[in-house]
Amino acid sequence: MWTYNKVLQYPINIKCPNPKLAKFIISQYGGPDGELAASLRYLSQRFGMPDQKAKAILNDIGTEELAHLEMVGTIVHQLTDGASIEEIEKAGLGAYYTDHGVDVYPQSAAGTPWTAAYIACKGDPIANLQEDLAAEQKARATYEKLIDLCRDDPDVLDPLKFLREREVVHFQRFGEALRGVQDKLAEKKFYMNNMNCNNYNNMNNSNNNCD
Amino acid sequence: MEREEENRNCMCYNNENDCSYMPQGINAAFGYNTASNLMDDMNCCGCGDNSECMQNRNRVRGEMMKQIKCLNFAVVDIAEYLDTHPTDRKALCLHREYTNELKNVKDKYQRIFGPLDIYYPCNKWRWLEEPWPWERSDFNVDL
Repeated sequence: MWTYNKVLQYPINIKCPNPKLAKFIISQYGGPDGELAASLRYLSQRFGMPDQKAKAILNDIGTEELAHLEMVGTIVHQLTDGASIEEIEKAGLGAYYTDHGVDVYPQSAAGTPWTAAYIACKGDPIANLQEDLAAEQKARATYEKLIDLCRDDPDVLDPLKFLREREVVHFQRFGEALRGVQDKLAEKKFYMNNMNCNNYNNMNNSNNNCD
Repeated sequence: MEREEENRNCMCYNNENDCSYMPQGINAAFGYNTASNLMDDMNCCGCGDNSECMQNRNRVRGEMMKQIKCLNFAVVDIAEYLDTHPTDRKALCLHREYTNELKNVKDKYQRIFGPLDIYYPCNKWRWLEEPWPWERSDFNVDL
């Protein structure tokens, strides 16, 4: 289970609303390489991991991504909160305002609503971890583009730089987890059945009593 | 200051040669200062009716919140490192140190400013007090 902590992972205090930046940054909330996709990808993949390290790292990074989701939502909220209708319209958020007001809705910068099609759960730990490594790099690249676009507002830049750093650290951790899984799969007595890979026993000598 | 903190050993373990952990937390992102003792700075008991007192209270609250954020983050970062390096004794020791310190600061904070999670026992339901983390606030000091 999860416990909510009434603490933001990193401070965000944006003094000047700027809906134009919110329009871009919302992509890290509900876009293809955003924090919602990251969190659900890892938290869903953790069920099928064959070794202790991989289970733990997917669980813990998936949890941290939820904290990042809250951070990105906070940035979008503070950038739109208090903006005038004229500013919102001028920022190209007229269509968004029509459907969502200034709520924070999980969508990409181009307006596509979040979809589970952004994530994969392949039933294969190697494929899944490789997808996670790519996801961290894509998120890093997205933050770098946002950092370019937000260069004039230090209040926005600072948390974006923090979030970018975390993608780099998570990439490192997933690489270590992947090497652990590869070692596990190379062990002589390891058998992977085709549904999942939690079965450490010879498939002919299974100790599950389900059938 | 920053380098010193990064290179320092924790109290109970002195051999860092076998540790590859690079602290991302405390220093890299926050420039955390362990030396400050904030409670001594707060001479005021929360009378709340003069603005100097409120200002001081907000300052102390902001500083304590900053400490909590730093320690929280350090714990998360070290925990993820330990997931893939479970036998690293120096990292384990740092984890113990930061979790203990976090518990102390959180206890102090919650006693004065209200609960940070719903597991903190209270006589009055202060959980709904603003600001929530996504709201701008005047005690949310810049780092």
